[in-house]
Amino acid sequence: MHYLPNIIFATILVVGIGFFVQNIKKIIRNIKLGKSINRSDNAQARLKNMALIALGQSKMVKRPVAGILHILVYAGFIIINIEVIEIIIDGLFGTHRILSFAGGFYSFLIGTFEILAVLVFASVIIFWMRRMVLQIPRFWNKEMKGWPKNDALNILYFEMILMSLFLVMNASDYSLQQLDVDHYIKAGSFPVSHFIATWLPQNIPFLEILERTTWWLHIVGILIFLNYLYYSKHLHILLAFPNTYFANLNPKGKFNNLEAVTNEVKLMLDPNTDPYAAPAENATPPEKFGASDVFDLSWVQLLNAYTCTECGRCTSVCPANITGKELSPRAIMMKTRDRLEEVGKNINLNKEFKPDNKQLLNDYILPEELWACTSCNACVEACPVNIDPLSIIIDMRRYLVMEQSAAPQELNMMMTNIENNGAPWQFNQMDRLNWREE
Amino acid sequence: MNVPTMAEMMAQGKQPEVLFWVGCAGSFDDRAKKITKAFVKILQKSNVDFAVLGTEESCSGDPAKRAGNEFLFQMQAMTNIQVLNAYEVKTIVTACPHCFNTLKNEYPELGGNYQVMHHTEFLKKLLDDGRLTIEGGQFKGKRITFHDPCYLGRANKIYEAPRELIQKLEVELLEMKRCKSNALCCGAGGAQMFKEAEKGKKEIFIERTEEALSTQPDIVATGCPFCNTMITDGVKNKEKEGSVKVLDIAELIANASDL
Ligand code: SF4
Ligand code: SF4
Repeated sequence: MHYLPNIIFATILVVGIGFFVQNIKKIIRNIKLGKSINRSDNAQARLKNMALIALGQSKMVKRPVAGILHILVYAGFIIINIEVIEIIIDGLFGTHRILSFAGGFYSFLIGTFEILAVLVFASVIIFWMRRMVLQIPRFWNKEMKGWPKNDALNILYFEMILMSLFLVMNASDYSLQQLDVDHYIKAGSFPVSHFIATWLPQNIPFLEILERTTWWLHIVGILIFLNYLYYSKHLHILLAFPNTYFANLNPKGKFNNLEAVTNEVKLMLDPNTDPYAAPAENATPPEKFGASDVFDLSWVQLLNAYTCTECGRCTSVCPANITGKELSPRAIMMKTRDRLEEVGKNINLNKEFKPDNKQLLNDYILPEELWACTSCNACVEACPVNIDPLSIIIDMRRYLVMEQSAAPQELNMMMTNIENNGAPWQFNQMDRLNWREE
Repeated sequence: MNVPTMAEMMAQGKQPEVLFWVGCAGSFDDRAKKITKAFVKILQKSNVDFAVLGTEESCSGDPAKRAGNEFLFQMQAMTNIQVLNAYEVKTIVTACPHCFNTLKNEYPELGGNYQVMHHTEFLKKLLDDGRLTIEGGQFKGKRITFHDPCYLGRANKIYEAPRELIQKLEVELLEMKRCKSNALCCGAGGAQMFKEAEKGKKEIFIERTEEALSTQPDIVATGCPFCNTMITDGVKNKEKEGSVKVLDIAELIANASDL
């Protein structure tokens, strides 16, 4: 029975990590539903982007207050989690503060963790106030009702709880160390928690229970957090890295040229092709142009959808959204993720995708949203993790126009004009040089 | 105006230094034609050896592509590329950021490889090479704010050339709160120019014009015929057309020297 805690600990750890790995596998499978796109070039520039934007958060600090607080939370959270290594070893082998042999360095680490924990706690409180007290508008757009709003708050509460557990754990440990209790070797420095310790009753059984409880809750909490990620916008703490690595490196104004179209246009312009020739026997069916569902998007666009932090920086700079149009680039990303999740669940259930009479277009994203976009790239520029909502909008417009001929009437007129007289207005091509004489 | 076409040049066995791509707005729109002519006057004053395509030019395909009609875009692109390649064009300058972006970024994959410059870049180069002098003239001391076109700024990261030109006019350059990479669109891009806006609570061009006017300018400078239309409409809507002018950078430079 002596090993019972070790066994329980190992079981919790295996289950927690096991579930997490399962979820990651699902995400990878879903992302792979997207069409192929080559992003294996220019590894150096990509690594640099990842280092600067994901690790260095260079785009976050464009809004300094949120940026600096975010760096604190992010750095603090990661550094404090070094502590988890020790917790795991202690848990598996029944040791206590196994790394304390490092002496002064160990004290330095624990001390740093404590100070960071307080900073994280304070930042999280400010984040909460920005959302709930200041009510910064980008957190209150209509796509932020229900789960997205709760999700953001859950994470804030979660971090407050984890940081508190860590500090109370240290405080009780410190008290036990001071009381020379067996097993609680004197190790670490406690710049913050020794204050908390003064509020604790100096009762050994109580302190022992408190120390054990907070220790267990801390590690269980971290495992729950890890498994919560999959359901949350907080996936970005992992996916920001691949997402910035695989992001578009071309000038933002350059839209891709659809290859399937190039082939057809070449044929049409080639004087040697016979316009009445029957299609070849084994010709592959013509490719679908543009996107009406997640399968038609590229895997990078799907990765974008899972990475979106729902911060709304894109939407807050979108000229269409600012002026009250339906379009919100953040909602484009959230809806893409929702549809992808729905498709994923369908596959979980049926082993393969069973048509469900739904698609991204109309069931999630409306043409009205798509047609409001000015292709200004403000959203792409603003996104702290290099997501490209515009590329999805354009791919869906392509479907509307080329597969459904469903452009707004005025745009059809514009396109007819280009076809007939080489200008978007009804002018005679032969008058193109008239300005020279005027 | 004495503006040669590529065909006329070719007939004389000549190859100009640069092709001026006029664009549909610059060719047909009454307001934009003034920008075209102002730019031509500067080219002539600087002795730039240039030509236009005239009736052989056709829409770059930008509005079709942004509207989602990749077919029409590529038809336009390939037709234009055939013409440009037949004339062995090497360098292109245009006063339209949409043509600029499309020719520069989207034509190469389709077989059109040229050095493409926006007219503000080109004018900046003329200035640096000592071929162009800019003086303040009637604009000296005026308050000017510059509206960054999306397809020049964010799309191609050109923020400084237009500003350096404006500053040469010995004016006070004012920045709007949203400028450079944070600039707000005028509302015309992505084929919006050719349709009514979706329903909302405000027009984008009004939002942007209000921001421009809040800098208390004498002049709002633009570098795009479409932005020019939008901001001009905005200024009219705010009944400020008496006190605030909307002018392209080419017009500013040409007018300052009374060209
Ligand atoms: S590109 Fe479209 S979606 Fe993005 S900010 Fe501009 S108008 Fe909004
Ligand atoms: S797309 Fe980028 S900017 Fe927009 S909400 Fe998502 S993470 Fe934020």
